[in-house]
Amino acid sequence: MEMTGAQIIVECLKREGVKIIFGIPGGVTLPMFDVLYDSPIRFVLTKHEQGATHMADAYARASGRVGVCTATSGPGATNLVTGLATAYMDSSPIIAITSQVRSDVIGSDAFQEADATGIMRPVTKHNYLVKDPRDLVRVIREAFLIASTGRPGPVHIDIPVDIQRAKTEFKWIENISIRSYRPKLEGHPLQIKKAADLIASAQRPLLYAGGGVIGSDTAEVLRKLAEKADMPVATTLMGNGAIPFDHPLYIGMLGMHGKYVCNKAIQSCDLLVACGVRFDDRVTGKLSAFSPHSKKIHIDIDPSSIGKNVMTDVPVVGDLRNVLPRLLEAVQKKSHPEWKKQLKQLDQQHPMAYKDDDKKGYVKPQYVIDKLHQMTKGEALVTTGVGQHQMWAMQWYAAKRPRHFITSGGLGTMGYGFPAAIGAKMARPEDTVVCIDGDGSFQMMMTEMATAVRENVKIIVIVFNNCVLGMVRQWQDLFYNQRFAATYQLAPGGRAVKGAEPDPKKTPYVPDFMKWAEAYGILGIRVNSRNQVESALKQAFKSDKSVLIEVSVHQSEKVMPMVPAGASLDEIILDMA
Amino acid sequence: MAEKNEFRHTISCLVENRAGVLARIAALFSARGFNINSLAVGETENAEVSRMTIVVQGDDRVLEQVEKQLNKLIDVIKVSDYKNTPHLERDLVLVKVTATAQNRAELIQICDVFRAKIVDVAHESVIIEATGDEEKIQALRDLLEPFGIREMCRTGIVALARGAKELTLSEPVKKTGQKKS
Repeated sequence: MEMTGAQIIVECLKREGVKIIFGIPGGVTLPMFDVLYDSPIRFVLTKHEQGATHMADAYARASGRVGVCTATSGPGATNLVTGLATAYMDSSPIIAITSQVRSDVIGSDAFQEADATGIMRPVTKHNYLVKDPRDLVRVIREAFLIASTGRPGPVHIDIPVDIQRAKTEFKWIENISIRSYRPKLEGHPLQIKKAADLIASAQRPLLYAGGGVIGSDTAEVLRKLAEKADMPVATTLMGNGAIPFDHPLYIGMLGMHGKYVCNKAIQSCDLLVACGVRFDDRVTGKLSAFSPHSKKIHIDIDPSSIGKNVMTDVPVVGDLRNVLPRLLEAVQKKSHPEWKKQLKQLDQQHPMAYKDDDKKGYVKPQYVIDKLHQMTKGEALVTTGVGQHQMWAMQWYAAKRPRHFITSGGLGTMGYGFPAAIGAKMARPEDTVVCIDGDGSFQMMMTEMATAVRENVKIIVIVFNNCVLGMVRQWQDLFYNQRFAATYQLAPGGRAVKGAEPDPKKTPYVPDFMKWAEAYGILGIRVNSRNQVESALKQAFKSDKSVLIEVSVHQSEKVMPMVPAGASLDEIILDMA
Repeated sequence: MAEKNEFRHTISCLVENRAGVLARIAALFSARGFNINSLAVGETENAEVSRMTIVVQGDDRVLEQVEKQLNKLIDVIKVSDYKNTPHLERDLVLVKVTATAQNRAELIQICDVFRAKIVDVAHESVIIEATGDEEKIQALRDLLEPFGIREMCRTGIVALARGAKELTLSEPVKKTGQKKS
């Protein structure tokens, strides 16, 4: 059947099972939007293209399906860059479709022209510029294959407007394969056997689980593996939910702001079984001092992740979906009561805790998140921005289930949390979705509240407002002699002098979040003391509208414990937050 | 860059003959601060497939990482680092040298020794064409220097492994007639 390029695009998306697209139209995307007008695919018009990418990204992370976003040429395309880079770092499968100016004027500095494929290249797993309408089916099929298989990631397709208008025969390709793209899915049996042997002989094994476990939906088999070999499990930020938080083998989050026991466990274990992780610097600290006494097994689908930062004794390249069940079969039943007792003692020495020293008019953020955790039993879907609040959320909101803690781990994209909450809610409408954010991070993307209201998705946003860019301020406090450059929201230029910081109780914060909430027609609740927290949350759960809870947090609150950047995990600072 | 474990690596890649491939590969090196010493691209025995030969200096471990990253690129079919493989390298150079009737004979002698050819003769200069590995080209260059090198250009190193080791598609290419994009 003859179709226009635009019709082919939409038909392919339908056949790929796309239910929802996030984005903003423009001049050269009109042919595609004209077809979408009559299509059953839901279109979510966002306020900013970056918002659309984060929504598609979180939609993918929450559902396990490929997220789709779209933008026009030029500025539309360039606005996608941060979102694609975020998805790339965290291996989230999304397809970004941009339109391009007419083929015959590409390269002539036409209106709204940018070299989109050139710009996106370093932040995508692959990208395409379609130059012939007959290529559309193959390109879209390949894009979905590439995005969702191997180590997942974003794929970008740039389609000139004349290609969307051109007519050609529509020929669906049933089986798609790419000769230069064959991710290694099966783990090598010999490597799996070696891994099982190491696990059998280990006295102090530790499972180190990351985002790969979440992305491959292998939390269940990971749990069984941990149970059979009696291995304690520590997760990364991206691996939150890889094992239920209340499982007896779960010891907590590791890394720069991780639990004391986890970092101690890393340093004292004799076998580290790394699954779906990439030994990020925020986890390892100083590489030469990282886990010095252990043999290391590293299971990952991406060969370039293995041996990149840390030398591995037994590398296993393969999909966790294939490798973990084999490994589970091959491991011996073990029991390590001594090791577990030792870890328990360490945890009791320095549990994750915070001081009960709320200053008047302020609330401890940890208390709020802990309360949220209790009230939701760890079963809400939590998204976060980036900064102190993100680390507090990681410390105090250990998820019960995978795909329920969504955060920008690798790129650390401030502003991610709120649009992510919208995308995640659309993927899991039955879930309570809570965005834990900071005042700095939230304001980067809060324009998307209009999208949430219009699309009738209910999000509970908890904004910890400490009137500062807290994480940066914390580093200035600890490592830059308290010279607070550009971190104070209430001071001109953000500059504050130690001892003469602006007092948030005297200087009005801009914007007034309660008035802002009112302007968007949502429920605004301000929390200044601990005894308001529970009722605020109850009210939020009950509300049928979106809710903004603004929690006053003192500017001096820190994220603790902390391993200073570049220091070894042994040099953990234990001052209680 | 610090002189730690830096060695010269000759890396050969088989890639799909498509737009954007060169940019992706170049970006992998530039993002790590590698300077590419030479880069040669051309069609292989199969028109759908190009072969790139890249010569870089770098730390072995970092280069291993780059090789893995190259393999990750969708349009890259195969990658091989020839550092520890017996192989042949050739570079073609064109040099325009100042030459007069008086010293032309001497130039011809040098060319004979290097099995180089004089491919153009003008009143005041000649163009010499030579092929060889880097060492040979360098030696020729040293000898030509006193005559006055006016212009020089090189194709970049191309390399093939000796003997049985081959870098080819493991399967015959299907002639699908797909358009290159």
